[in-house]
Amino acid sequence: MADIEVLAGEVKSRLGDHIIDSVIACNELTLEVKPESIRTVCLLLRDEDPFKFDQLIDICAVDYLQYGVAEWATEDVTSTGFERAADREHGIRIFDFDKPRFAVIYHLLSVSDNHRIRLKAFLPEDPLMIESVVDIWTAADWFEREAFDLMGILFEGHPDLRRILTDYGFIGHPFRKDFPLTGNVEMRYDANEGRVIYEPVSIAPRVLVPKVIREDNRYMSENEEVGNAPNS
Amino acid sequence: MPQIRNYTLNFGPQHPAAHGVLRLVLEMDGEIIRRADPHIGLLHRATEKLVESKPYNQSIGYMDRLDYVSMMCNEHAYVMAIEKLLGVQAPIRAQYIRVMFDEITRILNHLLWLGAHGLDIGAMTIFLYCFREREDLLDCYEAVSGARMHATYYRPGGVYRDLPDRMPQYKPSQWHGEKDTQKANERREGSLLDFIDDFTQRFPGLVDEYETLLTENRIWKQRTVDIGIVSAERALQLGFTGPMLRGSGVEWDLRKKQTYEVYDKMDFDIPVGVNGDCYDRYLVRVEEMRQSNRIIKQCVAWLRENPGPVMLDDHKITMPKREEMKGDMESLIHHFKLYTEGYCLPRGEVYSAVEHPKGEFGIYLVSDGANKPYRVKVRASGFPHLAALDEMSRGHMLADVVAILSSQDIVFGEVDR
Repeated sequence: MADIEVLAGEVKSRLGDHIIDSVIACNELTLEVKPESIRTVCLLLRDEDPFKFDQLIDICAVDYLQYGVAEWATEDVTSTGFERAADREHGIRIFDFDKPRFAVIYHLLSVSDNHRIRLKAFLPEDPLMIESVVDIWTAADWFEREAFDLMGILFEGHPDLRRILTDYGFIGHPFRKDFPLTGNVEMRYDANEGRVIYEPVSIAPRVLVPKVIREDNRYMSENEEVGNAPNS
Repeated sequence: MPQIRNYTLNFGPQHPAAHGVLRLVLEMDGEIIRRADPHIGLLHRATEKLVESKPYNQSIGYMDRLDYVSMMCNEHAYVMAIEKLLGVQAPIRAQYIRVMFDEITRILNHLLWLGAHGLDIGAMTIFLYCFREREDLLDCYEAVSGARMHATYYRPGGVYRDLPDRMPQYKPSQWHGEKDTQKANERREGSLLDFIDDFTQRFPGLVDEYETLLTENRIWKQRTVDIGIVSAERALQLGFTGPMLRGSGVEWDLRKKQTYEVYDKMDFDIPVGVNGDCYDRYLVRVEEMRQSNRIIKQCVAWLRENPGPVMLDDHKITMPKREEMKGDMESLIHHFKLYTEGYCLPRGEVYSAVEHPKGEFGIYLVSDGANKPYRVKVRASGFPHLAALDEMSRGHMLADVVAILSSQDIVFGEVDR
């Protein structure tokens, strides 16, 4: 396996203008790429010599809306007691995150040189759009369709950007953080009407285990060294 | 003059060769495929969304249900992602157990694939043969975890418990008398390791049996040779991994190239194909079963000699022993915290991939420092394979689509997630 530090240095010297940040964490190299440069970066990484990323392993999108928001305050003692310390309606912001809400993440693999890289592009909203890489790696086709379906990200230049995983006629993008886990509609067969009908869901969302963010533990030193947090 | 038009054929979602719930819209010119448009998502259960709402350990069971014919390999990728972000490593014995069960899982998966592939192309006997051996391996799953399929056996920091000293035995019933039971129990007298050892002795002979049925069979070759050819360049472009990539002649195996656990201590070979057609993919998978068998043998030999812990002794992550919990205050607190809240992962992101029987199975995990994952993306190996069905089946006959589809080894649990 090629040395990851060398690869990072090589990337920085060749792609410096297109890159906002480059981080090595857990022995993995992550590049934060300017969204408008994604095609330039991808083409270079695929074709130029020290990189040779001949395979696109994965594309996915992340919604950072609730990044750093917990449901339960753990820092201080509360006068309100155990169960009531949980705020499930609004959440409690533990740390701030000042980057755009959506990011598209590309995982690349070089079979010939045996190394991996992760590209990350934070997208401006309205329009939530990035250029497609289908003609660079054919494998991007379905991955982009999936990111469009589940997160609502548009890929400019994709030949056939249809929904892929959700039902025919589905409304919304289910993997966004503001989409409820229970969904919005449920479906049943109605004997009177003689067809399948959609109705608003009858189950109320509930949290079994509240989300807790603990910064007081033994990972603190490691965390700094990892330097991995997008905004710590 | 009458006009000639292509016609559209709807294949599935209820079709025995659709391998579950695939709906395939085929545009046909006579019996020739002009375009194949797979409609997926009929088994979509939003695993990645569900996982976001639960503490880390409660989602291990969901991983089993992704690719439901290679359960433990899915768990492995998930558990490894957590361990990587925590910066911990399982004890060496647990690593050997994981490798052994990964390979048992690979044989399980390939046996099911071989049986189903045979059935799709018209060979019935092979299906029965394969399921006969699967039975023994599923018994190993049961012996170690209590469940025959959805084991939930791997945990961050090791495996749930050590291998049992006694293999469970059959009891006489109103259908099976004393004599039958005794015969069935012959191989189950010793420990689990004895049982697996006995299996590895028998298995190469059994693979020979399958090969006698198929490898030189004229009908089998007519149905698979030169069907669905993918060149090495196209295979890379299309995101193929695992046997699909190796069938096209690219020597790539994560177990060797980006080794994890104790695979670097194992002696095995990577089979590769030459033409990249269905027949080569068949040969690659059959050889993989033999290689897996070799790995299992080495693991059994090591595990017999080296007892030790199978779980980390760090009770911020792993459960303390129940015995200790009853007598020791600190263990009680750990027990309570781990079951009610779980453990928190440091802030960051990680991608971990394993060589799954179907290809590269990866988990991309984003954590914001909470006790639940912020986002999990499952990189399913079958997803890009199925996406390539259109390219692979163009210009072939309708019956070949079935051969191509089943040579991809598609399971909808992981494609739809």
